[in-house]
Amino acid sequence: MKRLDGKLTEEKVFKDPVHRYIHVNDELIWELIGTKEFQRLRRIRQLGTTFLTFHGAEHTRFNHSLGVYEVMRRMVENLQKKSEWDPDERLVCLASALLHDVGHGPFSHSFEKVFHMDHEKWTRHIILGDTEINAVLQKMGKDFPTKVANVIAKTYDNKLLVSLISSQIDADRMDYLLRDAFYTGVSYGQFDMERLLRVMRPMEDQAVFKHSGMHAVEDYIMSRYQMYWQVYFHPVTRSAEVILSKILHRAKELLADDYPFKITPTHFKSMFNDHVTLKDYLKLDESIILYYFQAWEEEDDPILSDLCLRFMNRRLFKYVECDPGKQMVIWPELKQLFEKIGLNPDYYLVIDSSSDLPYDFYRPGEKDKDERVPIHLLMPNGELKELSRQSDVVEAISGKKRTDHKLYFPKDLLEDESTFPEEKRRIMSLLMSQEG
Amino acid sequence: MLNEHAKLLALFKQTGEIVGRKKLQKMVYIAQKMNVPFYEKYQLHMFGPYSEELSLRMEEVCQLQFVSEVKEKKAGYQQYRYELSEKGDAFLAMMSLDFPDVSEMLLQMNEQSAKFLELVSTILYFDDLPREEVETKVFKFKAKQNYTNQDMEEAYAYIDQLSEAATTH
Repeated sequence: MKRLDGKLTEEKVFKDPVHRYIHVNDELIWELIGTKEFQRLRRIRQLGTTFLTFHGAEHTRFNHSLGVYEVMRRMVENLQKKSEWDPDERLVCLASALLHDVGHGPFSHSFEKVFHMDHEKWTRHIILGDTEINAVLQKMGKDFPTKVANVIAKTYDNKLLVSLISSQIDADRMDYLLRDAFYTGVSYGQFDMERLLRVMRPMEDQAVFKHSGMHAVEDYIMSRYQMYWQVYFHPVTRSAEVILSKILHRAKELLADDYPFKITPTHFKSMFNDHVTLKDYLKLDESIILYYFQAWEEEDDPILSDLCLRFMNRRLFKYVECDPGKQMVIWPELKQLFEKIGLNPDYYLVIDSSSDLPYDFYRPGEKDKDERVPIHLLMPNGELKELSRQSDVVEAISGKKRTDHKLYFPKDLLEDESTFPEEKRRIMSLLMSQEG
Repeated sequence: MLNEHAKLLALFKQTGEIVGRKKLQKMVYIAQKMNVPFYEKYQLHMFGPYSEELSLRMEEVCQLQFVSEVKEKKAGYQQYRYELSEKGDAFLAMMSLDFPDVSEMLLQMNEQSAKFLELVSTILYFDDLPREEVETKVFKFKAKQNYTNQDMEEAYAYIDQLSEAATTH
């Protein structure tokens, strides 16, 4: 079999609103993009339910994966000027960047929570299993798929290479911050990526940044901080996420109880039974999920149909800020009242916490004791210094509180006083007292 | 509501005090691998499997004063001691959580050093690989920890012992 490490006779380009152009010169990358597992990413939104808050956020994992590849391509091009690179390692790096999210499913964060799945494990299965992606990677050599899978799992021997794709400042984050800012339309996600790439210096275990480029790194950190609070942790997006998780919980519960669905949820069955095959998993995308949600609007189960109507028509739960430490004393009464008015508190009274979110912002940790490798600046005398110890801006935001809890509930149902008016008034007064 | 937080409180209720963030991280990971229902996401970091989600959840239970965090200075570094508070105990009682009694396993883990648990958890992280490959990985990734062949033997024996206990509980 011909080794797939050649160049294309003519460069291929994708027009991209974030990086202007995405350049593909390697046969390997071009063939990977054409595989059905990679094309599936076109049908999975990058930001899940965020489009219900920021209507522009319709971009997909496909866009982002191409973007990460492009950032990595530019990174490697820059680093190649500063140190020697094995050509095979270059392709391992580019393929890993392109495929790092290939295991994501539709609304994957909620799915993973409800079904205890891990998209990273699926990424590994897709790369190493019986797939078109594996067949393409195998053309580079028998051990090539394992190398790519190990880079993504952070278990590859070359730690510098791993850090380029997964660290506190990596190709993945650089692309998603810029891309998510662009598509949501917010103005605060910007930073100078070209400058960052220019001041990046390869070390044995990680890439560091020339001290003179500190302000570009500061901008990146600020962007990450702003995007965390303004976009990723947006309370309306969280409300949609809460409802989505509850739909999945309800469907799972009903299936376990042999509830007679009007349309058999074939695509979900293996997941509910905990026996998902790679073939089953690859069939899931957002169109399938939304098809079921629309069908379930007509189900006789009032909880499932109500939650689906809410999700599809954006009738989301409202929230109050909540301090569980102070307010837990009123929860038993709240739960009892919910039950009395016919609302199951397991589905209609939900706390969402910051730890439920798959994003974070930069925190330097403690010297030599922290598990996360911090961002280092390369000082003029050759010493390495942790970023927040040099930058007042980063220091100011890195030690801040990052915890938050919100209590979600269906305000519309509680405001309808045609039934149980007293109980509903009491519930509203208890809920409002949560906010202090 | 806050079920995953309550599970952490249940862990402290069964172990008593846990000293060190690294030890706590590894204990939860090992328990997870022994089918105790913790679902925090882990990835391989500097000292073996590490969960940012668990770190954040711990920060939350500490801020809620469900767990007390005491920071103490050691030679050249900070150490953290964690213990379930009265408030946390009351919250746990209110939650009526369905969490298995795995106190024997957890207490045993709590007696081990963080360095040993780091080795055990790293071996478990690679549990889909044959032992020879796991050993090569561990010696490569953990070169700074200077683990010996005897440490490896002890870690494997410990994992066998845990697995046996896990299947009987």
